Amino acid sequence: MTDANAQAPRTSLFAPDARTARRNNSEARFRLFGLISVTIGLAALVMLLSSVLFNGTSSFRQTMLELPVTLDAKVLDKKGNRNPDDLAKVTTIGYGRLISDALDKAITDNGIVVDGLTSKDVKDMISKEAPAQIRGRVLANPDLIGQTVSFQVLANGRIDGYMKGRVTLETAERDSNVSVNQLHLADALHEKGLLDMPFNWLFITAPDASELRPEAAGLGVAILGSAYMMIIVLVLSLPIGVAASIYLEEFAPQNRITDLIEVNISNLAAVPSIVFGILGLAVFINFVGLPQSAPIVGALVLTLMTLPTIIIATRAALKAVPPSIREAALGVGASKMQSIFHHVLPLAMPGILTGAIIGLAQALGETAPLLLIGMVAFVRDYPGAPPEGFFDPAAALPVQVYNWTQRADPAFVERASGAIIVLLIFLVIMNFVAILLRRRFERRW
Amino acid sequence: MSLSLLILIVLALGVAGYALARARVTAQANGDRRRLHSLIGYYGHTVFLFATVPALLLLGAWLLLQPVVIDGRVSSMLQPGDIPEGGSLSLVMSDVRRIANGLDTLVAQGQLTEAALTTLRTETADVRGQLGSVGIALGSDVQTNVLEAAKAYRGQQGTAQAVMAAVVLLASVLGLALSYKRLSPDFRARNVFESFVKALLIASSMVAVLTTFGILFSMLFESIHFFQLYPAKEFFFSLTWNPQFRGGSSLGIWPLLWGTLYVSFVALLVAVPIGLMIAIYLSEYASKRLRTFAKPAIEILAGIPTIVYGLFALITVGPFLRDYFAQPLGLGTSSSSVMTAGLVMGIMLIPFVSSLSDDIISAVPQSLRDGSFGLGATQSETIRKVVFPAALPGIVGAVLLAASRAIGETMIVVMGAGAAAKLGLNPFEAMTTITVKIVSQLTGDTEFASPETLVAFALGMMLFFFTLALNVIALIVVRKYREQYE
Amino acid sequence: MDDLRIVERDVNTHTNKITARGVDVFYGGSHAIKGVDVDILDNTVTAFIGPSGCGKSTFLRCLNRMNDTIDICRVKGEILLDGENIYNPKVDPVQLRAKVGMVFQKPNPFPKSIYDNVAYGPKIHGLTRNKAELDEVVETSLRKAAIWNEVKDRLQAPGTGLSGGQQQRLCIARAIATSPEVLLMDEPCSALDPIATAQVEELIDELRAQFSVVIVTHSMQQAARVSQRTAFFHLGNLVEYGETGQIFTAPKDPRTESYITGRIG
Repeated sequence: MTDANAQAPRTSLFAPDARTARRNNSEARFRLFGLISVTIGLAALVMLLSSVLFNGTSSFRQTMLELPVTLDAKVLDKKGNRNPDDLAKVTTIGYGRLISDALDKAITDNGIVVDGLTSKDVKDMISKEAPAQIRGRVLANPDLIGQTVSFQVLANGRIDGYMKGRVTLETAERDSNVSVNQLHLADALHEKGLLDMPFNWLFITAPDASELRPEAAGLGVAILGSAYMMIIVLVLSLPIGVAASIYLEEFAPQNRITDLIEVNISNLAAVPSIVFGILGLAVFINFVGLPQSAPIVGALVLTLMTLPTIIIATRAALKAVPPSIREAALGVGASKMQSIFHHVLPLAMPGILTGAIIGLAQALGETAPLLLIGMVAFVRDYPGAPPEGFFDPAAALPVQVYNWTQRADPAFVERASGAIIVLLIFLVIMNFVAILLRRRFERRW
Repeated sequence: MSLSLLILIVLALGVAGYALARARVTAQANGDRRRLHSLIGYYGHTVFLFATVPALLLLGAWLLLQPVVIDGRVSSMLQPGDIPEGGSLSLVMSDVRRIANGLDTLVAQGQLTEAALTTLRTETADVRGQLGSVGIALGSDVQTNVLEAAKAYRGQQGTAQAVMAAVVLLASVLGLALSYKRLSPDFRARNVFESFVKALLIASSMVAVLTTFGILFSMLFESIHFFQLYPAKEFFFSLTWNPQFRGGSSLGIWPLLWGTLYVSFVALLVAVPIGLMIAIYLSEYASKRLRTFAKPAIEILAGIPTIVYGLFALITVGPFLRDYFAQPLGLGTSSSSVMTAGLVMGIMLIPFVSSLSDDIISAVPQSLRDGSFGLGATQSETIRKVVFPAALPGIVGAVLLAASRAIGETMIVVMGAGAAAKLGLNPFEAMTTITVKIVSQLTGDTEFASPETLVAFALGMMLFFFTLALNVIALIVVRKYREQYE
Repeated sequence: MDDLRIVERDVNTHTNKITARGVDVFYGGSHAIKGVDVDILDNTVTAFIGPSGCGKSTFLRCLNRMNDTIDICRVKGEILLDGENIYNPKVDPVQLRAKVGMVFQKPNPFPKSIYDNVAYGPKIHGLTRNKAELDEVVETSLRKAAIWNEVKDRLQAPGTGLSGGQQQRLCIARAIATSPEVLLMDEPCSALDPIATAQVEELIDELRAQFSVVIVTHSMQQAARVSQRTAFFHLGNLVEYGETGQIFTAPKDPRTESYITGRIG
């Protein structure tokens, strides 16, 4: 047997070697694939966020008409006694007429002329929601009757779309809900400063609106509902999660039952969220009989989902506290319980809170289980004050997004994206607090 | 008595017990705290816990069981004739509950007095109209037995509330009195208190177990219910999914299972190579600066709620794929498709795969890498021929976990995949998944007791076992792999 | 096979295999190797000894540029292999490492079969034209590493299933399968029991017929047993370098003497 390799002629290290060059090329290719993958990952993030921002930022501005409305006592208070019951009998139709009269007057006063403009065109410039808003303000303050008050009233959704570039003169020709004349009128009003796009507070505070009034749809009920749920989730999941972690980490004996609990927790962390929705529907609504669409049910479901996250984080935090601390406490005669509650737990607190905030952030964005427990319902009334308000129907931020995407009017796409921006702002704040906590209190032993 | 008031009273009793306990042991020890077995606070804590916790637990259990008991008693009042053709007992019971609520509202608004209520008869009054005026719209006129059942339901609920308040308060007072009686300077308050706390800790950790049982039983019962109404053979072997409002539905799982697997497959096809290469590049090649920037940036993708991905699929990716791929290639005109959902879900899974693989790749010992470099292997040869095969079991585990995520994902497929149950191969066609159908069957207008609604529970059951099996296998694989290098 | 061993070459050759001049190594801010000059002879076992942290392993890893894989490590000075500076930018470390093989402290067989472990190097460097040649290289290498008889019946079994000493000899077989000119060994016996150590030491002695062997060792006895020349490192300096016998019996430097007699280390 001969050793072929040993007899190979010696090559210089400097000599170019075709095979090595080939191998180095394949090395460079591999590296390039890696770089491309990273780029794809980053590009996906950028595209995702820019798609939301691009579609959604405009929802924070809303087209409004600035109109002096004469609140005619003859129309609004026929008996002239300012009796709230009688005032309430005047419907929005009455207020609607006042507003369109005001707009008519404004058009003539400012000398705006648009050829072929009908009175229906003028009337439809105003959102169907506007009369209700003014009615609400008058009922709250009957002294306004008889005066001429300057109101900012919502413009129709299509006019809003025109101001934001969603509706154009071409699409308007094919659209039965808006006429080209109205768009010209909007331009003219804008020029005179009667039509403007201020910051859209209503988007954040107002409740949802019907399918036909996207301009009035807001997140008020959804934000309140989400806030209620987060409060309950925090109040329930933090103590239960911490207590469970303390038991498992510090007290639990090595036995079958402990194993069962551990396996359960790690599996619950991986159960699809929709399954929790089924649980909520079957147990909390059908079996226990809690009301549908109520924040309490959503919160209970989200609590069960958040628990594994909090337990895993808390156990990691407890584990990170060195045994010497425990021994020191035990050494001065503290009971095990005292050593944990007086020394270990406070030291683990930053880690626990960070985990809790991250768990809450997950819960805030969770949608699927809430769909099943009826939070898709159309809710216009704000839930009451807690604790009774926890049982009132409400919406939730992510579900509101889903709700809006299911509607036909493209204006709701803008609203849905805007709602996501609000949701993401909350998430950023929460994660920022978590990072801050970790930075501020992180300890290396 | 309202619930919050009851809870407040119980808590107040607890606080009172705390103060009383402190006062009592102080007096017993003649003000000398050193004569006490435990710190004085523990005596107070113990009484507080005994006064509140059993009472509150009782309250919770009562609230949980009361509807079940009352439903059982009231439903026995109904005759078989009260159940309309094609309806079911549970539907009538939900009517009973709604009527009872309506009556409550009527009484509260003063439209009906308690006395008038007892003599209220369907023959003599327009009950349906009255209920309609307070927002309880009924599909048909109220039957005598149903109205009587509703009245009984209302009455029993009122009684039950009163009894509950009494029992809970009694429990609280009893707990307080018993623990208070036992107080003495020699009473081992700390030990008792700590045992109590430990019991609470154990109870908390059992919540996870209870949740799993809750999931299992809720799905099991309703699934059994479903299979009583619909043949299991059809569900597992039929190739069509076609729910109908008026019975005669075909509810075969295969089109849904196919859609689920197809979308998940596309998602994994995107996520696994990209995620893996990201993990490799960031851990083996990238400069420190790129790594500190890119790693958290990619992990942001994992923190974004799935509804955002759903919207992205719906308004950006779907139309893009339709306009630039599906339509020019003549493959379809739908913006929701397997491709749309799969692609977006793939993006969602990238950080999941990359961070799991990152952990696994860094668990491969440096000595193996050194061995390979020492033989003159290039970095990519080392990764492909030594690190990757060594990490393979762990990576397989990560892929299985990602697959279980993909199968259980809901919002992206609801908004991106479509609703048509189809057994097709064209990825630019809309298809539907198990999760989509769970949502649509449970949020639709069909009656709860119909097979069209209950099928969602059977689907959920399938989903649960499917993902559970994947997770368990993945965990075992990963654990085995970890042990190999420990 | 025996024809490879019958030619006992002159161990006292004076051809330089590796020449290092003014080598400095920095780890981030710390100066790990300070101006080392050393000549390593062909067909000789050279031992690097010294207390832990003295830089002997670091210097060894410079000889096949394994330090390149550590980001913060910088090497200055020149190291010539047969007169060619291995830190010349034209040199590809991949090619260099095929000529300068390495065996590590802990046996690190790949989680593959015994056969694939040995075939790995020849495969990536494309040293064989077909399966038969590859088989031959694997057998030769395993024979040279004195492990052939123990594994010839289970070449497809995983390399990780062997005992520690067998694993280390497998790693040596793996290293010599690429027919290197120099074999670097970084404390190759520190993870082995005495019997396995004896086997490996015996093997090292045989290997020097074909390779220039550089071995880092903690054990002075081992250095004395296997090496012809010894270099003593201390705090990053090469304190003394010469014939092994002379270093152990008549050290010139007092630091060497203290180390040999056990006063530092």
